[in-house]
Amino acid sequence: MGESIIAFLNTWSPLDLVLIAQNFDRFLYGALVTLQLTVIALIVGGLLSVPLAIIRAGKNPWLNAPVWAFTYLFRGTPLLVQTYLIYYGIGQFEWIRETAIWDPILSQAWWCALIAFSLNTAAYTTELLRGSIITTSRGEIEAAKACGLGKWMRMRRIVLPSSFRRALPAYSNEVIFMLHGSVVASTITIQDLLGVGRWLNGRYYLAYEGFITAAVLYLIIVLLISRGFRLWESRWLKHLYPLDAVKTKPKKSLASFRI
Amino acid sequence: MKYRNIIKAFTAVALVLGLAGNSVQAADLRVGVEGAYPPFSWKEADGTLKGFDIEIAEAVCAELKRKCVLIEQDWDGMIPALLARKFDTIIASMSITEERKKRVDFSDKYYNTPAKFVAKKGSGLEISKAGLKGKRVGLQRGTTHQCYMEKIYPDTELVLYGTQEEVFQDLVIGRIDAQFSDSIAADDGFLKVDAGKDFEFIGGDQHDEACHGPGAGMAVRKADTDLRDQLNAAIKAIRDNGTYQKINAKYFEFDIFGG
Repeated sequence: MGESIIAFLNTWSPLDLVLIAQNFDRFLYGALVTLQLTVIALIVGGLLSVPLAIIRAGKNPWLNAPVWAFTYLFRGTPLLVQTYLIYYGIGQFEWIRETAIWDPILSQAWWCALIAFSLNTAAYTTELLRGSIITTSRGEIEAAKACGLGKWMRMRRIVLPSSFRRALPAYSNEVIFMLHGSVVASTITIQDLLGVGRWLNGRYYLAYEGFITAAVLYLIIVLLISRGFRLWESRWLKHLYPLDAVKTKPKKSLASFRI
Repeated sequence: MKYRNIIKAFTAVALVLGLAGNSVQAADLRVGVEGAYPPFSWKEADGTLKGFDIEIAEAVCAELKRKCVLIEQDWDGMIPALLARKFDTIIASMSITEERKKRVDFSDKYYNTPAKFVAKKGSGLEISKAGLKGKRVGLQRGTTHQCYMEKIYPDTELVLYGTQEEVFQDLVIGRIDAQFSDSIAADDGFLKVDAGKDFEFIGGDQHDEACHGPGAGMAVRKADTDLRDQLNAAIKAIRDNGTYQKINAKYFEFDIFGG
C-alpha cells in the first residue's frame, strides 16, 4: 500500500512529494528557527521601543535627536544590509574579535541575526508607538489631569495602555513583516525555513520542492499570526467599535475572510 | 476592414520581430557564469568578468563561431535559470554528477581537479570521521562538496554559504574550523593571496565518484543535444589546437584537464 502510494506520487505528482516528506523534519526545524528568531527579536525590539517611543513623543531635543537618528538609520536601510554589516562588517576588525563578546555572541550567526532583527523591529515599533502616543485623545489626558494623576502616572495608566491598543492593528503588520524579513538569516548561514529550502535546492537541484514547501509553511505561520491578532483586537479594541457591532454577530460575507 | 488591416500589420510586425529574435538566438550563445569563484571566474572592479571559465567560454564560442553573451547567475540558482532559458549553457566549473544529470545534460569534462580541506596553519585538525566530528566546516551550498560532506562526514556541522568568497571570509574571521572546496579554487583564490597566508591544506585529495563525478562540464538543457555535441566538439578542438593549453598556462602551473 505504502509503496504503491509512493509509486503513484513519483509518476503523477509534478512535485517530488516523497523527497519533501523525507526531509519534512528539516523543514519543521527550520520553521522553529524562523519562529524563534522572529519571536525573540519582537520581544527584545518591543521592550526597547517603549522607552524610545516615549522619548520620541516627548519634547526633549537632547534625547529626541539620537532616537530619531536611530529610527531613521534602521528604517532607512535594508535589513539585509544591516545584517551583513553586523555579520561580515564587524568581524573584519581584529580588535573586536579579541573582545570577550566575540566568541559567545558576535561570532555566532544566530546572535548577529537576532541583533539586526531586534534593532530593526525596535526602530519600526518606536515610530509606530510614537504615532499612537501623540494621537491619544486630549479628553482622556485632561480627565487624568483632573483626577490628579502625575505625568508618569498618566503615561503608565492612561496614555500607554490606550496607545498599545490603538497600535495593535498596525503592529500586526510589523510582526508579519518581521517574519518575512527573517529570511535574511538564511544569507548568513542560518538554516531557517528558507535556509532549508535553499539547502534542498542545493542538494537535489529541485527549486520548486524546497521553496514551495517553505512558502506553504510561511503561509501557515502568517495565517496563525493574523488570526491571533484578530482575536486580540476583538478583545482589546472592543471599546472602539460601534456597540451593535459587538452585540450582533456580523454576517459572514466574503469580506470577513480577510487574513 | 480597418481592424483587419491593423491585425495584419500587427501580425507582420510580430513575425518580423519573431524572426529577428530567432536569428539573434542562433548567433549568440548565452552562457551562464558565476563571477564569484576565483581563479575560475571573478568580477573586476569595473564589472568585467575574468577567469579560466570565462576564457574557456570565449574560446568555445569562437570555435562555434557564435558570439558569447555572458550572463551572471548566483550559484544555487544556476540550474533553475538554465531550465528557465535565461541562458543556453552553464560554463561555471559545474561538476558532472548523477544528481545533476537528472535535471540537465552535460558536455564532456573540460577540467578535473581534486577537492581538499583548508584550515589555519597548525590547527592540528585531523581529517577523519572522529577528527571532524562536531567541527564546523564551511562550504558553498549546492556544490559537490556538500554532497561529499553529508555522505562521508555526517557528524560534521556544515555551514553553508552562497558563494565561495564568503566561505573564505568566515574562515579568516574564525567562524568556521575549516573549509572544504576545490583545491585549485582554494589555492589560487585564497592560499596564494594575502588573506590566506595563515592557512594551509590539510589532509589529501578527497574524492567520491558518486558525489564528485568525472570533473567539470558544460551543462545544457536535456533537449539541446545538438548544442551538447557542438560543445563536445569545441572542447576537443581547443584541446587539439592549443588554445586550451594557452589559457591553462595563464592561470595554472600544470594541466588541470586531468587524466
